[in-house]
Amino acid sequence: MNDFIAARSQMALSLGFHIVFSCIGMVMPFFMAVAHYYWLTTHNVVYRNVTKAWSKGVAIFFATGAVSGTVLSFELGLLWPEFMKHAGPIFGMPFSLEGTAFFIEAIALGFFLYGWERFNPWFHWFTGVIVGVSGLASGILVVAANAWMNSPAGFDFVNGQYLNIDPIAAMFNRAWFSQALHMTIAAFAATGFAVAGIHALMILRGQHIAFHTRSFKIAAIFGCVAALVQPLSGDISAKDVATRQPAKLAAMEAHFETEKSASLIVGGIPDEEAREVKYALRLPGFLSFLAHGNFEAEVTGLDRIAKENHPPVAITHYAFQTMVGMGMIMMGIAAVYLLALFKHKKWLTKSWLFKLFALATPLGFIAVEAGWTVTEVGRQPWIIYNVMRTADAVTPMPGIAYSFYLFTAVYVSLALFVIFMLYRQIKMVGKLYDEEGESFR
Amino acid sequence: MLYVVITFLWASILLYLLLGGADFGAGILELFTSRKNKAITRKTLYAAIGPIWEANHMWLIIAIVILFVGFPLIYATMSVNLHIPLTIMLLGIIARGTAFTFRHYDAVKDDTQSLYNTIFVYSSFTTPFFLGIIAGSAVSGHIDPNARDFLSAYIFSWLHWFSAAVGLFTVSICGFLASVYLIGEADSDEERLRFAHKAQFFNIAAVICGILVFAAAYFEKIPLIDWVFGNWVGRLAILFATLSLVWMWSLLYRGQIGLLRILAGFQVTMILLTTTYRHFPNIVILRGGGYLSLLEHSGHEKTIEALGMALLLGSVLILPALIYLIYSFQQKPLDAEHY
Ligand code: HDD
Ligand code: HEM
Ligand code: HEM
Repeated sequence: MNDFIAARSQMALSLGFHIVFSCIGMVMPFFMAVAHYYWLTTHNVVYRNVTKAWSKGVAIFFATGAVSGTVLSFELGLLWPEFMKHAGPIFGMPFSLEGTAFFIEAIALGFFLYGWERFNPWFHWFTGVIVGVSGLASGILVVAANAWMNSPAGFDFVNGQYLNIDPIAAMFNRAWFSQALHMTIAAFAATGFAVAGIHALMILRGQHIAFHTRSFKIAAIFGCVAALVQPLSGDISAKDVATRQPAKLAAMEAHFETEKSASLIVGGIPDEEAREVKYALRLPGFLSFLAHGNFEAEVTGLDRIAKENHPPVAITHYAFQTMVGMGMIMMGIAAVYLLALFKHKKWLTKSWLFKLFALATPLGFIAVEAGWTVTEVGRQPWIIYNVMRTADAVTPMPGIAYSFYLFTAVYVSLALFVIFMLYRQIKMVGKLYDEEGESFR
Repeated sequence: MLYVVITFLWASILLYLLLGGADFGAGILELFTSRKNKAITRKTLYAAIGPIWEANHMWLIIAIVILFVGFPLIYATMSVNLHIPLTIMLLGIIARGTAFTFRHYDAVKDDTQSLYNTIFVYSSFTTPFFLGIIAGSAVSGHIDPNARDFLSAYIFSWLHWFSAAVGLFTVSICGFLASVYLIGEADSDEERLRFAHKAQFFNIAAVICGILVFAAAYFEKIPLIDWVFGNWVGRLAILFATLSLVWMWSLLYRGQIGLLRILAGFQVTMILLTTTYRHFPNIVILRGGGYLSLLEHSGHEKTIEALGMALLLGSVLILPALIYLIYSFQQKPLDAEHY
């Protein structure tokens, strides 16, 4: 493994790891706030227990999210010093505001986790909401920084010099809104489905039904609403990408030849040498419609883009198909669940419904990882689109492969630990949180 | 505005040293506690740092963000030449933060606890040790951005006696801060006495390590003596630190907690002041006498302007909340009937 590939893999691994924890860190506080609200208004202890049980899980996720985030802020320099030397002062604005958001989040979390029985109940509830709001703010800010890499703004690039820097304009670059919107909804969809899925599984096992049905419902409603609107925001993103990064769109769609009324390709195996896609389903005109809102419009293909600026087509294409596929399944499940809630109440107790959710547990996070692969791999070979190449940004330090192996080992063991811990948390629900169970304490 | 940003950078390094340091120190203390007292120490320690440990470590993030936004060349140079110690420190941060949380939140308390404990105490030692190495290397004149061979560019930039001594010094300072802090958190007189002993122990260790630092500096021809004693700010700070040290020792067993903490924090502040004052604005000294300066190698004017505003805005929001957090957890809990 050469150092450049190792550096990219390490970055991808660290981000792919962090994003799971950060999604949970920004969304779970809202679930808890709802459960907590029901506890304060109805005094039904089950809700207090749900809130407490969730907050234990969240504490574990938070700590892991915080340390992996700390690692990231160093890795930007450890792996991409040349990039940070120039980009730091330009796209640093969201990071400096993010510092504040993190800090408030960490403080509010201290109040929330350790504040039971210490504060006025509504003040305590409010600190939980603040955890969520500042988490969302930090997610949006960090995505604005990433959007700048896709759509650089706020400076003039003259003869290799970065002049007339304007950090505010850099933050509000053209991609920030569509990306931040899509990411925020994705976090709700992914976390909602994951949490609902786990509780659905426990319901199917017939354990602590009162506890798990209430938790299930809160998570499922959040997840389903998000899953229903996600494809709409994905459409905004796709139209945005089509105008700002035609190479990325072409790679997502494995669209080799520029054409009018281009067809949308579903599935298939792209062959970059022969410039064709085998075994694919084609929907004529639909790509033009998706990219430009018009069935006749011309869509730029990879033929219009210099060979050395092509992103890896196959990975981007598969990742995009995966994300959209997951999105469609989740939207379907969401539609069924909302129908059940409003029209067919009897479905709500059927085991097939819970089976559906249990099977869908990982889908949202698979889509999140796939979506980031589209964004990042689809930007290659650029680290700052059309300004700096990734290969020019990498650290001169040799032996990055070893660092990559080391971090892989650490993250794999950490992931196993978190899963183990979560498993134990769930196993203990009966002992700690279920009044009806005989061993409640 | 540049000076506002530099002040924030210095303050966040100081606060990380004080708060994060006390936090690391708690783990170091556990490492140096006899087996029979470990469990009770652990309990006090958790009650004391549980609610604030995440906030304590945010100061590091703030310092890093200021560095990469405001002083990108300094951040990039350190990231390249100190890659290895930075990586080790990061592994320490991961191990420590997760082990600390896992051992508390693991729903089943069984043998895995001893695994978490082991990871926690050793990483509490390693992390500040490498932080010290990084700080020591930055000013040691061993970093050579033009080095071509692997050893001089990536190994000898940090592997030398001076930075190792600074590492040990940092560890003992952390242990010292934690012991003094925990005196006020202990439940029993016996425990209080134990922490007071530990404070003495780490204080003596810090003095010894400090002498080691000067010795290493002498042998490696680092003009540390001149930095510290060559100007009136340094001399005055050392004088104050020594006076407060004597004062503190006389108070150690008398239980004036607030004053004790202030004195301990004051000493560490004075130490940071002497070691940074003389070579301000240069925070990285390169091989061959070159340097990276906070004044000459800062980012563009508009960036510094925006960064300064963000920091000022942030502190207006953060400081009251943080103070209230620390204050609230010093109070006794409300009656349970609220819930
Ligand atoms: C639950 C997760 C999830 C789901 C169901 C979807 N996405 Fe997505 N998508 C993401 C999660 C995500 C993401 C991980 O959050 C990304 C990565 C970068 C970003 O801003 O969002 C993303 C990026 C992303 C991009 C690239 C944006 C860019 O590079 O600027 C496009 C074009 C789409 N998505 C389009 C869609 C479409 C048409 C979907 C139809 C169902 C869809 N996404 C479902
Ligand atoms: C603000 C957020 C982000 C920043 C600043 C960022 C930055 C970077 C950088 C500097 C690289 C290395 C250069 C490259 O290969 O493109 C990279 C690569 C990568 N990042 Fe991101 N990234 C962000 C968000 C994410 C997230 C959340 C993921 C989640 C999975 C992600 C996935 C990847 C992947 C897969 C690569 C490797 C690309 C390749 O192999 O070609 N990124 N990112
Ligand atoms: C797009 C991808 C990212 C998203 C959506 C995201 C979002 C978040 C959120 C919501 C949190 C707080 C929740 C938690 O602590 O678990 C968090 C933590 C953190 N993130 Fe990220 N992040 C992303 C990428 C990055 C990158 C690229 C960096 C580094 C430059 C970073 C640095 C951090 C740090 C330092 C923390 C810890 C803060 C704390 O203690 O609360 N994140 N992230």
